[in-house]
Amino acid sequence: MVDLKVDIGGLELKNPVTTASGTFGFGEEFTDFVDLGLLGGIFVKGLTLKHREGNHYPRMAETASGMLNAVGLQNKGIDYFIDTIYPRIKTFDTEIFPNINGSVVEDYIKVAEKVNDIDGINALELNISCPNVKEGGMAFGVSCPSAVAVTEAVRNVFDGLLIVKLSPNVTDITEIAKGVEGAGADAVSLVNTFLGMAVDAQSRKPVLSTITGGLSGPAIKPIALRMVWQVYNAVKIPVLGIGGIMNATDAIEFMLAGSTAIQIGTANFIDPQVSMKVIDGIEDYCHENNISAIGDLVGAMEV
Amino acid sequence: MKKVQDFKVLGYRRLNKDNYILTLIGEEDIPRIWPGNFAEIKVPDSPDVFLRRPISVLDADYEKKTISFYIKAVGKGTLKLGRLSVGQKVNIVYPLGNHFVVGQQQKVLIVGGGSGIAPFISLGRELKSRNIDTTFLIGARTKEDVFLTGEFARYGRVELTTEDGSMGEKGLVTDHKVFSGTFDFDKVYTCGPDPMMKAVAKIAGAKGVDCEASLENMMACGIGACLCCVSPTKEGNKLVCAEGPVFNTKDLLW
Repeated sequence: MVDLKVDIGGLELKNPVTTASGTFGFGEEFTDFVDLGLLGGIFVKGLTLKHREGNHYPRMAETASGMLNAVGLQNKGIDYFIDTIYPRIKTFDTEIFPNINGSVVEDYIKVAEKVNDIDGINALELNISCPNVKEGGMAFGVSCPSAVAVTEAVRNVFDGLLIVKLSPNVTDITEIAKGVEGAGADAVSLVNTFLGMAVDAQSRKPVLSTITGGLSGPAIKPIALRMVWQVYNAVKIPVLGIGGIMNATDAIEFMLAGSTAIQIGTANFIDPQVSMKVIDGIEDYCHENNISAIGDLVGAMEV
Repeated sequence: MKKVQDFKVLGYRRLNKDNYILTLIGEEDIPRIWPGNFAEIKVPDSPDVFLRRPISVLDADYEKKTISFYIKAVGKGTLKLGRLSVGQKVNIVYPLGNHFVVGQQQKVLIVGGGSGIAPFISLGRELKSRNIDTTFLIGARTKEDVFLTGEFARYGRVELTTEDGSMGEKGLVTDHKVFSGTFDFDKVYTCGPDPMMKAVAKIAGAKGVDCEASLENMMACGIGACLCCVSPTKEGNKLVCAEGPVFNTKDLLW
């Protein structure tokens, strides 16, 4: 029997496999495909203080081994989540992680205060890395002082586990990671999408309405792995690895590089059942390699 | 209930150089598929085609456990789906999306253009089973692009337009005589290129007739998670994959 439980800064998950924000809706979209109660957790679609319509279509471009998106945080606002969505999903036997976003620090604070008051929510993911919203998001995550400032502000109003989702669109991700650790983050998740672009040679126009968008999928996996390894070695708080995980082997690679848990993102679009396969595959790997506790894999890459 | 299922290629019916019907056969029971539903097809053995391809279901045979798709090869995904071997495994997620609503109509008009004709075999069958008088108006560029009229004829009258006049009336579907004179349809269903659907919706609106259109947008997940395939509506952006693909045209910003 393999012990798949993991501990993220005092919060225990039944296994290290979670689903990334923006790729798994609110979980409900996947109930025909997945037993949500088997997941380590669900990071729900990004939430903002007010309703957002998101960006204009087209919001997506297929690329080599990946895709660009420019959804722009379309959501009905934190109050709608609390009043309408959360009552429906709170019965899922898994950890629900709200992912919060803002364009000014005050918005982040207001959303975090509301999340803090939700019964049953133990953690939130502070997104300072959305590349698709002009006025904010990634603006916080690419400068160390602003990343620190927003983390401190949210830390002051949120009592639960605070996970900060980092942007890879920086020169040195370890500087930001150390900054948010110092500001009170309990864990970091990385990476969000890489800023990218697609051009239509026939029309001579950008494919996305926003011109640039966020690149995800296996195309980014080697860079994400490198960043996870660097951050794992730079901070003491747990790291949640994200970036092109398509199967159990990818997930194990992220754990060996230093991830305590992982988030499956774009792969949910290709195979809505992939999260279940990753859990099963991790368990098989542990059996085959005589690993009794999954935690033994974290950062166990031999160098 | 939506499901992920492996099928095998049963065979192709080639309609012309670019258009084909792909029929898959599976071992499991096929869930009820409604006219307008689609599937997300994984192009097999093609790592260069990263995302699934959303394709409208043409027809399904619940006894034989087959499902078929009318596909026009327009990009690398739909080209590759036209070159599979018989027996090759194909994984699909289905049935997805909403569907055309059949109510208490007496006489309906179906307007299809290009590959937009796919949902109308099963819709025609549904309408005929309810004894609803159905007219199919099919538009194409030339007679080489007119397909499946024999199938449509089983369920109603078939009217044609071609842009070059090589078959049926010459011109666009909206030039067809069904739109001039007495217009006694009480429902219009349309699927095809956006400009065609918009023109049809405008005429239906002007005549006070309810009109449903099936939209096509680029999609990633197909199940309402990624929020990529939105279409603007009077109630804000809606998901073509999960809140559509069929919309009542009075709700669209057309």
